[in-house]
Amino acid sequence: MSISNMSFLGRIGYLLQRYGTSYLKGAGTTLVIALVSTAIGCLIGFVVGVVQTIPVDKKRDSAVKRGLLKVVKVILKAYVELFRGTPMIVQAVFIYYGLSQVFNIQLGMWSAAFLVVSINTGAYMAESVRGGIISVDPGQMEGAKAIGMTHVQAMKNVILPQAIRNIMPQIGNNLIINIKDTSVLSVISIVDLFFVHKSVAGALYTYFESATIVMAIYLTMTLVTSRLLLLVEKKMDGDANYELVDTMDIGNQLRTAREHDGEGRRG
Amino acid sequence: MSEKELILKVSHLQKSFGNHAVLNDIDFEVHKGDVVSIIGASGSGKSTMLRCINLLEEPGGGEILFHGQDITDAKVNVPAYRAKVGMVFQNFNLFNNMTVLENCIVGQVKVAKKKPEEARISAVRYLRQVGMEPFLNAKPRQLSGGQKQRVAIARALAMEPEVLLFDEPTSALDPQMVGEVLSVMEDLAKQGLTMLVVTHEMAFARDVSTHVIYMSEGVIEEEGTPAQIFGAPRSEKTKEFLARFRNTAV
Repeated sequence: MSISNMSFLGRIGYLLQRYGTSYLKGAGTTLVIALVSTAIGCLIGFVVGVVQTIPVDKKRDSAVKRGLLKVVKVILKAYVELFRGTPMIVQAVFIYYGLSQVFNIQLGMWSAAFLVVSINTGAYMAESVRGGIISVDPGQMEGAKAIGMTHVQAMKNVILPQAIRNIMPQIGNNLIINIKDTSVLSVISIVDLFFVHKSVAGALYTYFESATIVMAIYLTMTLVTSRLLLLVEKKMDGDANYELVDTMDIGNQLRTAREHDGEGRRG
Repeated sequence: MSEKELILKVSHLQKSFGNHAVLNDIDFEVHKGDVVSIIGASGSGKSTMLRCINLLEEPGGGEILFHGQDITDAKVNVPAYRAKVGMVFQNFNLFNNMTVLENCIVGQVKVAKKKPEEARISAVRYLRQVGMEPFLNAKPRQLSGGQKQRVAIARALAMEPEVLLFDEPTSALDPQMVGEVLSVMEDLAKQGLTMLVVTHEMAFARDVSTHVIYMSEGVIEEEGTPAQIFGAPRSEKTKEFLARFRNTAV
């Protein structure tokens, strides 16, 4: 039976039978790029966000340190604005072909994909991290300073652990956005889920059927991801209850002591 | 008072926020074992002064001598200085990401570089002292205000500070919880801890402290022993201020 005579479901069945593994491989590629790039992007975002929130002490910091910090902050701000303010699909082309033409660096497709999505995510995460840090109660930093912590110690031990919890929903958002937006990487010939769809649909003129399959796969990936992230958040919040430390021992000791006292008095 | 070792000497301390002068020419001394209460209306600069002493606010002028060294000097290692001057805040500022025990350990390990086991032992000791030992594993959000403040005191004590600053430690508490915190502070005073307490608790200022400073509009209006300030205030402003408090059951 030729494909043009099949029903809608029949065509979907046919596509799955014939190209099922290609779809799955595409989905795997999508997932790997999204996961790795979100992780690297978060790292970039944390570094940028933390540097941007370093306070300047006009009195105690040397002029060199202040000047250097200012230059670094301007550069980082420019990075954030550039990659937040342009479409990722253009960034992909710009970086992939730009590196090869201007700097004669031939990036593999995979490296290019990781690079583009990571620095794009990093730009967004930088702002999320900065927001997460600012949203931690200023009293936490004061409490840390008051027991003698330096800015770095306070960030590491007190502020960032709380900021990370605050921005977990943002990290999740970025991961889900990346699962979907890696589809634009087909412009640099990454064989992701969307690329598979385009090939299959173009070859057999089954745009609607293939899109239905791909929609379902994307939705499954994002739903599973968001559920998993909720679990992680719950885990981070820890137990709502706590155990009172067993003070029986102390209590017993006190009681024995009291009994001794009582006997002493009676005797 | 003068034979005891001089710990803090504040002279000509000034501070303004923009054009608004908050502190003007503040002078006073704190000797070892003193319990100094700083009283005054809200907005009189009490808290700002306390925050200047551990440099949470940058003083605008004047000197703060800690064992003779001016800590407003740019070369002073501020974190190292703060480790010796503890602070208890109105809003507790316990680390929300840590348990009660961890709150009392982290400074000892990270700042004072003590061994974790040693830090744990002393944390438990100070928590026992403030009656919070059973709550070692609780998170701050699971505690009442009074309990949080007692943990905050234990955390400050665990750093073994030479002076402990209290910034209105009972102002954010329900009336029932004020007592439990004040009694801890009273114990500390009896043990000879040097304390500087900004407070609205007139009974504490009168009965526990060794020295009282009354501030008004950014200046020290009057200072002296509790007996003198509460019994025979010289300044009209002090009299007026204390009269208002006398009505609210001391």
